[in-house]
Amino acid sequence: MDQQPPPFFKRGPAPLARLSFYAALSTALLFVDARFQTLELLRSTLSLITYPLHVAAHAPIELLSNGGQYLTGITRFQEENSKLKRDQLESASALLRLRQLESENTHLRKLLDMRERQHVDGIVARIVYAARDPFSRRIVVDKGQQHRIEAGQPVIDEAGVVGQVTRIFPFVSEIALITDKEQSVPVQIVRNGLRSVVFGLGSGQLELRFMPANADVQNGDVLVTSGLDGIFPVGLPVARITHIERDTSYSFARIFCEPTAGVENYNEVMVLAKRQPEAIPEEALTSKVKTVAKPGQKKKRLKRD
Amino acid sequence: MQTTYSSSRILQPVRPFFIALSLIIALFLNFLPTASITWIPDWVALTLVFWSIREPRRVGMGSGFLLGLAMDVADASLLGQHALAYVVVAYLAALLSRRILWFPLSQQALHVLPLMLVGQAVQVIVRLAPGVDFPGGGYFVGPFLATVLWPPLTYVLLLPQYQPIEHDANRPI
Repeated sequence: MDQQPPPFFKRGPAPLARLSFYAALSTALLFVDARFQTLELLRSTLSLITYPLHVAAHAPIELLSNGGQYLTGITRFQEENSKLKRDQLESASALLRLRQLESENTHLRKLLDMRERQHVDGIVARIVYAARDPFSRRIVVDKGQQHRIEAGQPVIDEAGVVGQVTRIFPFVSEIALITDKEQSVPVQIVRNGLRSVVFGLGSGQLELRFMPANADVQNGDVLVTSGLDGIFPVGLPVARITHIERDTSYSFARIFCEPTAGVENYNEVMVLAKRQPEAIPEEALTSKVKTVAKPGQKKKRLKRD
Repeated sequence: MQTTYSSSRILQPVRPFFIALSLIIALFLNFLPTASITWIPDWVALTLVFWSIREPRRVGMGSGFLLGLAMDVADASLLGQHALAYVVVAYLAALLSRRILWFPLSQQALHVLPLMLVGQAVQVIVRLAPGVDFPGGGYFVGPFLATVLWPPLTYVLLLPQYQPIEHDANRPI
């Protein structure tokens, strides 16, 4: 005879069994996401589903800021306009000189039979929001796969390097700021050409690591990208050194820097196109390593002009 | 169902639509760009705890897992971080669901505090394991705020279930 309990008592698997199942599933997801980065498809699908909610959540904030701008009045805009005009005039002379220098540079490069420096294009993107995760420094911008953004592209603003695209979604993309703990940028000190790598501290500051205690580093030194990573273009300002701790008991100095770009501000940023990998010159492939170093040095000296 | 077991008001049955709506509104509140304010309570966790206590047969670990995944994607955190925290919180809330309604609202809120703290602690442990810095004490203020918010939240979320008081119904003769 059929001895089934009435459907009222059917409650599925025991709570503890369900807990173990879901906990195991989440732990597996955590592990896979942290180690292999193979869940991007799941991530972008989920983000596509929650996208309308995101738009809705940011609409009132946008409305408020837009409304605020509308109400700030004409005087502020006039001030801003005159300031922008002044800035443009100031930068116009620099720009004119830059054009002349660029043409001169290409000419000299041709004379020296060197590869021309790459011209980089970019897409302007607006910061939609800063990711809510208190453990990392990330922002989300309003350009994504649809705008041909790729993971790994460098991101700058008008004052310097902001970060790097780490994840792309159909309509938005996620940028790890240079102040993020997992982010590092190869840099060079403008004053003396010393190369190093700058690491994010996760607190809005950067640290220049692995510099010997007696290295020629001073407060106020400006760091620019060295371009050795093949990702960031050469010569973009990254940070300024603010504080140096030289302790003789350690072999390395602790050097703290502040990003030059408005990294933690809400602004517009520019996503630069990916750098094309530079081909190794044929002669360098055939000859020894020693000869490769020489053109590199020459190149550096030229760029600083 | 009653607000608490000591209350004499009988509530109408809950509408599944309203549960879904409240959870979506909680997600919406979490999606608001409040990254700089670490002490904002986790609305999704709080609403999830509420429904896991009131309706453990409708809302539980499964919904917690899905909501957690949505939060992970939105937060740009590790996939599974919120999911694990919400699953644990939903389980604990379901365990409490038989007991908690015997207490007045203020003491119910005290039951909710450890749940919310466990939720945050799970996330901190998950993130500290691969080596991320401790996010600071402000991160643990959220659960306390959530505790304070428990009575008003209970009122708001039970609002559609209240029946108008009929004086005729319990008049002697």
